[in-house]
Amino acid sequence: MAERRTGAKKKQAGTDVPSRLAVRKTYKLYLGGAFPRSESGRSYPVTSADGDHLANASLASRKDARDAVVAARKAFGDWSGRTAYNRGQILYRVAEVLEGRRAQFVDQVMTFQGATRAEADRIVSATIDDWVHHAGWTDKFAQVLGGVNPVAGPYYNHSAPEPTGVVVVFAPQNAPLLGLTSVVAPIIATGNTAVVVASENAPLVAIDLAEVFATSDLPGGVVNLLTGRVDELGPHLAAHADVDALDLTGCGQRAVEFEKTAAATLTRVLRPGPEADADEGVWLNSTPGTTRLAAFLETKTVWHPIGM
Amino acid sequence: MAEIFEYAPAPESRSVVTLRDTYDLFIDGAFTPAEDGTQLTTVNPADETELARVAVAGPVDIDRAVAAARRAHENVWGPMSGLERGKYLFRIARIIQERSRELAVLESMDNGKPIKETRDVDLPLVAAHFFYHAGWADKLAHAGLGPDPRPLGVAAQVIPWNFPLLMLAWKIAPALATGNTVVLKPAETTPLTALVFAEICQEADLPAGVVNILPGAGETGRKLVEHPGTDKVAFTGSTEVGRQIARAVAGTPKRLTLELGGKGANIVYDDAAIDQAVEGIVSGIFFNQGHVCCAGSRLLVQESIAEELLARLKTRVTQLRVGDPLDKNTDLGAINSAAQLERIRELTDSGESEGAERWSPACDLPENGYWFAPTVLTGISQAHRVAREEIFGPVLSVLTFRTPEEAVTKANNTPYGLSAGVWTEKGSRMLWTAERLRAGVVWSNTFNKFDPTSPFGGYKESGYGREGGRHGLEAYLG
Amino acid sequence: MPHTTTAPEAMTNRSLRAYLYGLPGVDEVGAAARAKDLSTRSVKTTAKATAIDLAISMVDLTTLEGADTPGKVRALCTKAAHPDPADRTVPTVGAVCVYPDMVANAVTALRGTGVEVASVATAFPSGRAPLEAKLVDTRHAVAEGATEIDMVIDRGAFLAGDYLKVFEEITAVKEACGDAHLKVILETGELVTYDNVRRASHLAIRAGADFIKTSTGKIAPAATLPVVLVMLEAVRDHHAATGRRVGVKPAGGIRTTKDAIRHLVLVNETTGPAWLTPDLFRIGASSLLNDLLMQRTKLTTGTYPGPDHYTQD
Repeated sequence: MAERRTGAKKKQAGTDVPSRLAVRKTYKLYLGGAFPRSESGRSYPVTSADGDHLANASLASRKDARDAVVAARKAFGDWSGRTAYNRGQILYRVAEVLEGRRAQFVDQVMTFQGATRAEADRIVSATIDDWVHHAGWTDKFAQVLGGVNPVAGPYYNHSAPEPTGVVVVFAPQNAPLLGLTSVVAPIIATGNTAVVVASENAPLVAIDLAEVFATSDLPGGVVNLLTGRVDELGPHLAAHADVDALDLTGCGQRAVEFEKTAAATLTRVLRPGPEADADEGVWLNSTPGTTRLAAFLETKTVWHPIGM
Repeated sequence: MAEIFEYAPAPESRSVVTLRDTYDLFIDGAFTPAEDGTQLTTVNPADETELARVAVAGPVDIDRAVAAARRAHENVWGPMSGLERGKYLFRIARIIQERSRELAVLESMDNGKPIKETRDVDLPLVAAHFFYHAGWADKLAHAGLGPDPRPLGVAAQVIPWNFPLLMLAWKIAPALATGNTVVLKPAETTPLTALVFAEICQEADLPAGVVNILPGAGETGRKLVEHPGTDKVAFTGSTEVGRQIARAVAGTPKRLTLELGGKGANIVYDDAAIDQAVEGIVSGIFFNQGHVCCAGSRLLVQESIAEELLARLKTRVTQLRVGDPLDKNTDLGAINSAAQLERIRELTDSGESEGAERWSPACDLPENGYWFAPTVLTGISQAHRVAREEIFGPVLSVLTFRTPEEAVTKANNTPYGLSAGVWTEKGSRMLWTAERLRAGVVWSNTFNKFDPTSPFGGYKESGYGREGGRHGLEAYLG
Repeated sequence: MPHTTTAPEAMTNRSLRAYLYGLPGVDEVGAAARAKDLSTRSVKTTAKATAIDLAISMVDLTTLEGADTPGKVRALCTKAAHPDPADRTVPTVGAVCVYPDMVANAVTALRGTGVEVASVATAFPSGRAPLEAKLVDTRHAVAEGATEIDMVIDRGAFLAGDYLKVFEEITAVKEACGDAHLKVILETGELVTYDNVRRASHLAIRAGADFIKTSTGKIAPAATLPVVLVMLEAVRDHHAATGRRVGVKPAGGIRTTKDAIRHLVLVNETTGPAWLTPDLFRIGASSLLNDLLMQRTKLTTGTYPGPDHYTQD
């Protein structure tokens, strides 16, 4: 566990007392629409790109992970049952609220990740636009990926995509805002609910993003955010029988192991792609496409006779 | 106790609408008077009061608007990324949602349709249409039209008076999403919401020239669709005008889509869920005073249940409340214009003189304005004019059939092919019937349902091309 | 109308089934759309004032708890007779509805007020008891002075397809009621489909129900607008076929004046105004009454009163 460095080490006592002391934020988890601390009562220090201590993040436990899956499952029926139009409106609302907090996120990307203002600005803009982009997918992927099948017989036959269910996402480790958005947005756009394990070393901006979710009409439980260790949470989530799919993007060396674990319940997996370890800049220059939409969909085919 | 549910008047407030005395053309991002100063007067069809005077676009104005649209397409809108174009449309969708009550009230005043419909149907669909197409702007490569579909350029669009703002949305949203710019002519009798939409374009900071609105009558429309500077013509209106446009466009490089008239058959089989079928028949023909191109204006009912169904239908029609469009309890508003009222009267009278039995519930119609009581014509055969010609009013022609084949034969025995309805509890019979109907939209156990994701358009003389859904994009991409 | 003509002579499970399955289907989406459309009717000013008083007169003020006591029932009866102690122009409610062992208390408390005493019976709310026990339950309530009996149907038998059992229980209870009016609770939340609601409605009507009632109030969903629409269509069609008027009672889940008025609109536009009377339409409720009183005050005074201006019983 990293050393917790404090301001006291750097500053002489009594020489640098501010006229007003800033109120710091306690970073907690985001589960079922609420912000609880880890049930374990643990936290871990998060440092900036320069090594300065930023805050303590909740160190989620196996039980928090279990609670997250329960919350995601509970939210699935409502979220997947909503009209595609409604889901699109809500994802667009996420973009609207995020735009309103643009300055906050630009500052955070600069502080947390050591980006220049121009870089941070591009990352935040692309993040907002990615929510807009996926808002537009909710009511289109079915037409793009489904259709009528011309079977040889007097039957009406069509195939339509449906969300697979609860998806566990290991978010990209080196792209904590845009990368995370790029993997989470397609999952919920198609009607799945998500349990997200945030970037281990840069989890804070994910929790800040959760505050955007919490104020964007996104129902509680659609996105659940855990901060903590892939090594600790991953095996439990990969083995969890009530998880329908895994996005292994950010789980590093353990991807193959988790895929094997998931095989026991035939949990769907999306393997880490070439962008898995990339930083925000790479996500910035990639075009979303439909791969991540299609990865967490089931195809349902319906037959019906045609006759008088 | 009966009188209590006569309901007290429940008028929607007009205070959300600020009417101006005059409205100008919207060209190149600015409101400008017509070059020759011509104006038309738009009236409230519910009481014949004058609402406003509106500039009429002439040839010079059309030239200016087409040139502005061309510049906007070449310099701004065409080169812009799909994502950014989409964001403008999302903005427009949101402003429409924010100003929805104002637009609904204004639409009811200018058109005569009940506030219940503008509020609960037109405006939600208008906003949804922009929202849906906004999302397509950066996804056109996924539309099944090749990896890099290109916009056509400048679209000339002419829309009717029955759903003024909704038809505007059906035209403008896909055109803009696909990177085209537009010059749109609203109908002579219903220009006002289109001009408020122009304000919304300004409010959204839409680049100048992307949307141009040119009010006017038939002559303005004719000059616009014949203008050599456009790449695409999209028209919704009568089949007769559609033919003229098709003739005019022939031999030019312009692409054309037409959404024209209809004489929709609403087929009710003997196993239908009868109470819901009655509702569907009512909404099929009396929604929007029957000013609906896809109206279920021909009821084809299986003879074995005809008597029972008609009895229930008449009871239900008696419940319809005809009157002030701005009253929240009004089901049937005013006929849009004196000319349309005359046409409805003439055709309905012809049905009677050809031997149809004519029935309307007792209802008090207001003294001023243009009104027509809901009407059911029974004893109709295929040979009656009212079974063949589009009445475009609250008049239902009732025919009977004996077998599914006969139902389909009669349903298809029309030059039109826009819509049809099928009512049965048996899925296979529904699909059998739908498969054989020569109509662009078949509603089963429902009627007059619209959604931006669902393609709409006709077979045969109801026009060609589709609007809405993935399929509707094709009309604006090359 | 053909769909509601009397059943074949020999009453068997098979003939009942044929009759019930010969009824026209109900399209769920269409029925819900119609109910929703009617719920947008705007009832204002004078119409609203009359509607509120009508709704008050239709309330079956109900307490059906294991913790009911004579004191609780007395308090409820006082409220029923004088809903607003400060305003004697408020009409009395339709009835007070209690468990059988509380009927005597209610009869005493309501003597001379014109408010009816209704009793649930037949092993309410589950109905899981032998027929003999259900009849004893019913006879007891009637003997104690109940003028209205709210029985539950055997939903298990209905869902198992034993329509004859359901039918015969209703006829037996009807006989046990004597002169008391019989309301038959379908418990639509357990029947689930509107097709079932329509069939159960016609089954109960044909077995002699004076009223058909949606729910016990113990199961959700209770009285939804589409369910009440389907039940109103049943009594409308039965009247068209036979000339007999059967009442309808939504119960459970109606808590606000707006809800109550939506139900009255549904009645007006489905069966017509002939049913807009406590003789043919009741609303089973408890907290609804105070909201009706508050809205009544708002209409007369123009200001919203607070909850403590009304009695909590």
